[in-house]
Parts: sequence; structure tokens; C-alpha cells
Amino acid sequence: MTTPLLDVPLLDVRGLSIALPPGADRPLAVDNLTFTLNPNEILCVVGESGSGKSMTAHAMMGLLPAPHVRVAGGSLLFKGRDVLTMPETEQRSLRGGRIAMVFQEPMTALNPLMRVGRQIGESLREHTDLTAPARRARVVELLAQVGLPNPAELAEAYPFRLSGGQRQRVMIAMALACQPDILIADEPTTALDVTTQKQILDLIRSIQAERHMGMMFITHDFGVVAEIAHRVAVMRHGKLVEYGPASDVLNRPQHPYTRQLIASVPHYIEHRDDHAKAGAPLLVADKVRKVFNVGGGLFKKSKEVVAGDDLSLTIHPGETVGLVGESGSGKSTLGRSIVGLIKPDSGRILFEGTDLLSLDRKGFRPYRRAVQMVFQDPYASLNPRHRVGDIVAQGPVAFGEDRSKALARARDLLAMVGLDGSAADRFPHEFSGGQRQRIGIARALAMEPKLLVADEPVSALDVSVQGQVLELLDDIRRRLNLAMLFITHDLRVAAQVCDTIAVMRRGRIVEMGTAREVFTHPRDAYTRSLLDAIPGKSWHIPDDLQKVPAGAH
Amino acid sequence: MLGFAQLFASRLVKAAAILIAIVVMNFFLVHAAPGDPAMVMAGEAGAADEKFVAQLREQFGLDRPLYEQLGTYVAKVVQGDLGFSYRQQRPVWDILAERLPATLVLTLTAFLLALAAGVALGTLAAIAVGTWADSAITVIALLAYATPIYWIGLMLSLLFSIQLGWLPAFGYETIGAGYTGLAHVADVAVHLILPVITLALFYMASYARLTRASMLEVRGLDFVKTAKAKGLTQSRIVTRHVLRNAILPVITVAGIQAGQLVGGSILIETVFAWPGIGRLAFEAVLQRDYQVLLGIFLVTSIMVILFNILTDILYGLVDPRIQVSQ
Repeated sequence: MTTPLLDVPLLDVRGLSIALPPGADRPLAVDNLTFTLNPNEILCVVGESGSGKSMTAHAMMGLLPAPHVRVAGGSLLFKGRDVLTMPETEQRSLRGGRIAMVFQEPMTALNPLMRVGRQIGESLREHTDLTAPARRARVVELLAQVGLPNPAELAEAYPFRLSGGQRQRVMIAMALACQPDILIADEPTTALDVTTQKQILDLIRSIQAERHMGMMFITHDFGVVAEIAHRVAVMRHGKLVEYGPASDVLNRPQHPYTRQLIASVPHYIEHRDDHAKAGAPLLVADKVRKVFNVGGGLFKKSKEVVAGDDLSLTIHPGETVGLVGESGSGKSTLGRSIVGLIKPDSGRILFEGTDLLSLDRKGFRPYRRAVQMVFQDPYASLNPRHRVGDIVAQGPVAFGEDRSKALARARDLLAMVGLDGSAADRFPHEFSGGQRQRIGIARALAMEPKLLVADEPVSALDVSVQGQVLELLDDIRRRLNLAMLFITHDLRVAAQVCDTIAVMRRGRIVEMGTAREVFTHPRDAYTRSLLDAIPGKSWHIPDDLQKVPAGAH
Repeated sequence: MLGFAQLFASRLVKAAAILIAIVVMNFFLVHAAPGDPAMVMAGEAGAADEKFVAQLREQFGLDRPLYEQLGTYVAKVVQGDLGFSYRQQRPVWDILAERLPATLVLTLTAFLLALAAGVALGTLAAIAVGTWADSAITVIALLAYATPIYWIGLMLSLLFSIQLGWLPAFGYETIGAGYTGLAHVADVAVHLILPVITLALFYMASYARLTRASMLEVRGLDFVKTAKAKGLTQSRIVTRHVLRNAILPVITVAGIQAGQLVGGSILIETVFAWPGIGRLAFEAVLQRDYQVLLGIFLVTSIMVILFNILTDILYGLVDPRIQVSQ
């Protein structure tokens, strides 16, 4: 590497403002933002959704959705030259050439109709003079560098053949193709499983160190920040609220917002006291097995996918059982089987001693009340055409309750989950994600269930909102002595809210025990690798920001 | 590639089964309509008594039970014999063979033109979305879509043939000119222009609208953002990334419409006195010419099935994900 010009930063953002179209919730998406990025440095930009962190990156790459969203002021200096005033052709040669970007969603960020090798080669074609065979060779080399097996073969594959982690590696190879000076990574690991996240973070960090790139890493996860950041910029509502070396921001946060964000980070290893199991179990799942048939037709045999096999667990009244595992491990299959949305192929599900699987539709109906579900996506799980009051009251009305009575109770429940009285007359789209999840919880509670199955109830929410919803769930659990099956991929969340933890992998429960046992003495190698992959383990959250873990007495 | 051949073979087997079902269904459909050819012929002959009608029926085998007629018909169709038109005193196959080329030339040309122009216009409109060019294309497409097809035909022929005298107003070729070789081709081509444009305008409009909407949707997808972030030129982003993905729904709709091409040109053939299948079908209905009608139904059904298979194959070529899911 040539001697870095330390007086001229790689990237110098001065007073950047980005205007939103009239009618948006605020006039400026990014308001007077100033920061610098040096070579060989990882700058983490942290903030919740809507804080303007992605907008900043998009402005740099010329990706703002013109003409509605535009840069309203300030400058973006790359090696001393303003990117914003450059002619379009020059900007284009920077994009993908000198400044490259990796996006959040690896499943949709690649063109589904183009072989991955060609997609990487396109970048080389645009920015280098390499011949076609030389480009192909370079693509294979790049795929090998990002740790993909059989790179030559993989270059010929279409994206749908690759897993999420593999696709993100392809995206990184694409970004590295022209040896950029700056790599912008916009939440590159958020959509990935925890073990895959660890691998990708390790890869990004080693590549950054090897090439001395300047890196802008956008994230909402302070665990990830603690893993990789050299410097941290915290954004809120488009403004920079705190900016400094990682050790300062993480260990001695100054701004109240930063302190609030760090305080709501779920604490690893903080577990509850053991739950005193009392009385007969509420629910027993016994050797549940579910096989899905995929594909197949008149002339082709379908493929069998075992989503769950030999799944057994018990839930006692008042107990919260956490079902933890990566995507595709079968945890939702078990959850849905218990609620009766899926019919398992074999096994028994006993609710207060009655085998739910042996019941017919009519016989099952009373149990629909007793077991309720809170869904993952608060945006898709509420009917957009119904008023919130009706959504909450619908269940009881379907079970024969008087409509006006049910509506009155719906109002009480909405108040109980922390929404004000007018909420019942409004439509779901008028609420934020966290508020919608509260509505989803109120809807489940309206049925007066004995068991609540919560399928990733907080994974679509920002950290601070996540904390609030978890507190609400815990409060309700204690007040109503509800039993809960809590499905999550996030061990930190599970540690916070669960009494008992079942770890799932490839359709099987590999370990089950009290939260204390599982987190302090994991017996299974897979559990250990999951615990090991939690980002930011070595970071000790400042003592004054550690709140009392939910549920501790 | 083995998967591809397997897919194709399985489609052919299914197609054969569907075709037999269609043959049987068509037969009953035609016989469900009131009146029979004997009555029509007797009516046309003027003074017809019961005896004459009965004699006609016996001659054509119409007095036999329905299932027997069906059995005879299916057995003959399977052997490739479409029957004999007693109205025209000629084998049905000969009549169809005479009319089919004219219709295919007309509809296929119109279809290809409509597809090319529609996708091009839709792409243009999507690139220039919100500008005057987009508005102009949208308005033209809407007009072409909403105006009755025969009215456009009449107006075009009024302008270009009668007022300007540039193009022939009707017919397939200049009658009595006796052109051969290239001169014949040129003669047919000149006669083709007006009917093809009239028919193509309608289809073009729907493809343009579909392409525009699909492009605008795909344009907002993540991988287009990736392409931009790679620093690709606008034209490369549009052709390689957006259009290729946006064309998928157009192929689906075009595949469905291609199947209807043979039957869908009745109006155009009538307006331009085009000697094709469409007009033949129309006449056969009026004359209760069962055999010809059944023949036309069969040919159009085969077309639909053929184009469906073609669409599937095309789809498999364009979208690599299809072969796996099947």
C-alpha cells in the first residue's frame, strides 16, 4: 500500500442533508451529518430503522430514489473530491470501482436469472480492461477468496441454488472485485443465522485488515459493533448524536440515546432463576414428527423433507419454554403443530391430558381458544382492512360472545398492552411495528388462552422496541400466570425471557434444560457453537446500564 | 438437459390426454345446439317434407344414436380423418388446409409485431416514466385497447385504401393476377399490411401496458440496486437486469393469447374479406356444418396446447428456477 495521506481522509462527509418528499414524517432524512472515514478503519454507523443510516450510504452510491429523495446540502468528499458534484460518468466509475457496497438481504440482492459468476464479472467488465477469459479466472479467484467451496462450479450456478450465507459471500466477492478503497456494508449479517453471521463477520474483518480498506458498516446491533468497530457513529432521526472511538462509545456512552440503546441490548448469560414446576404439565409434545413433501408431479417422485422428528417437550403452567434454533431447524413447525395449524404425521400433543391430534375439527375447536399464537411479522399478520378493535374482538365473537361486550373487552386489553383508548377505532397501518405487535398480543389474549405460542415475536423490531415488547410479554405472563412457548433464533432474547430452553437443529431437539444449565453448562456441541457465535460476547455492558433482567426476582 | 427432455415428454403425454377430452367435449357441445344440418339443408332447398329430411339424416348418419356417432367420430379423428363436409361435398381436412395458411400468416405476423412493438413501447414508457413520452405511450395504448377492433380496421382501410389508394382494402391476393414466386409473396404481403396492423394494435396495447407495469415493479427490486451499485450503465441495467426479469409475466400472457390466435381473428377476417379459418368457422356455425366446425375446434385446440407447451419451454429457458420446481 502506498503511504496513506493522513491529512486527507478517505471519505469526508461534511454537513450532509438529505431531503424527503413533502408529506413524509420529517423534512430531512439526514440532517447536517458530518463524519470522516480513514483507510484501514471500520466505522460502525448505528441506529434504529428510520435513523437515516442507510440513506447516507445510498447517497454515497448515488442510489437515492430520485427525484423524490435528494441531497439538500453538504458535500461527500472521496479523497478530497466531492462525489455529489462529479459528472455522472465519473460517479459511475467510483461506484463498484472505488466504493463498493454489500446489502442487507442476500436473498433478493442478486439477479435471479443470471449466473453468479456473470454477475461478479459484470463489475470487472465495467471497471477494468480484462478480457473475458481473464475476467472468468478472476471471478473464480474471488469466489475462492471469500471462502466458497468449488468456486469454478459455483460461478456457473444461479443464485437460487445458494444458501443465504453463500449468497452474502457472493455479494462480498462482487464488492471486492475491483479492489475498492471503501466498502460499505449495510446490515450485511442481519438476515443471517447467528453462526453464519459469525462466519461472515470474520470474513469481512479479515478482508478489511488484509486490504487496508476503509469500511462503513451499518448495523443496529451493538453486539456486532463490539465485535468489529474501530469507531462508532450513532444516528437518531437523521442526526448524528454520538461519534467517537469504539471503546469510548461502547464503555462510556455519553448521549442519553446511546445509553438507552445499549441498555436495551439483551444481556448474554443473564438468565432467570429456575422455574419451580408445579402440578401436572399443561402441554406435552411426545415424539412429534412432520414430513413435508416438496415438488413432485405426475411423473416425478416428490422429495421428503423432515421438518421435525422425535420432538418431545413439556410445558408447565406459568412456565416459559424457549425453542431456539437457526432457520429451517423446525422450530416453527413444532409451534404451528401445537396451535393446530399443521397436522403432524405421528406423535402426540397432549393438552391437559387430551391428545389434540386425535380430535376432529369440531372436537379441536375448544382448544383453539386455549392455545393462541403471536406471529413474527406484525405488518403481515393483521388484516389491513379491519379496525384494530374488531381484530381483537373477532376471536371471542366467533366463540359466541356478545359483540358489544367483546369490543369493550378489546378496549381493556388494548389499554393493558399499553395502547390508548382510541386505538380500537383505527386501522393497523396507523401503528408502528412495536405497536402492531402489541395489538397482536392483545388479540391473542382476548381468547383468554392458557398457553401462548410466540413465534419470533420481536425479531422484526428495533432493539429498544424489542425490549419493551419483551417486558410486556413478561408482565402479562406473570399477571395471568400464562404458559408460553417462545420461539426465537436469538439466544440473547431467549436467555432474557425463558425458564427452560430447547435447542433445535435439523428437525431435532439436541438439548433441553433450564436456561441456567443450557447457558452455563451447554452439553451439546451445537449449543456451544451457537453460544460461541453470539456477537459481542467479550464486551461487558457498562454496569450502570445493566438493567435488572426481566423476570428476575 | 435430461430434465428438460423429461419435462417435454411428460407435457406431450398430458397434451394427448387433454386433446381426447376436448374432442369428446366438442362433439357434445356442437350437438347440444338446436337444429341439425339436415334441417338447414332442407330449409335452403325450399320445399322440404319430412321424408326428405329423414332421407338426408339417414344419408349423413344423423339418425344413429349419439354415442354411436361419437364413437365413429373419435375413431376417425384418431386416424387423422376429420370427416366429410356434406355441405361443401369435400373432405374437412382439405377445407381446413386451404384456409389455415391464410389465418396463420395473418395472426402470427400480427402476434410477433404486437409482441415486439408492445415490449419496446412498454420499456420506453417505463424508462421515461412520468414524462410526456410515457403519457403519450400510455394514452395510445389505452386508445388501441379500448377502440373496437373492427372500427379501427374500417377506418384504416377507409384512409389508406379508399382515400389514399396506397394499399388494397381487402382480400388475400390480387384475384386473377396469377403471380408466382416472389411476386406472389409481395402481393400477399401488401394485402397483409392493413389486417396485420389492425390486429396487432390491440395485442400491442396489452403487452405495452403489461411490460410497463412489470418493469416499474422490477425496477424497485434489490438486485437492480445491486446492479447500480456496481456502476453499470443505465442501458445495461435496463436490458440485462430489469427487462429480463420483467418479461416473465409478458411471456405468460402472450402464451395464453397465442393459443387463441387462430380463433381470435374472426372480426378482422370479416372486415378485410380474409379467406381464413375465422370466417370459415362463422359460416360453418350458420350452416350447422358439424364436421367442419368440429375440425376447426380440433385445430384451434391443438394450437392452444401447442402454444402452451411452447410457452412452458420458453419459460424454462428464460427462468432457470422453473425446471427445478417442476
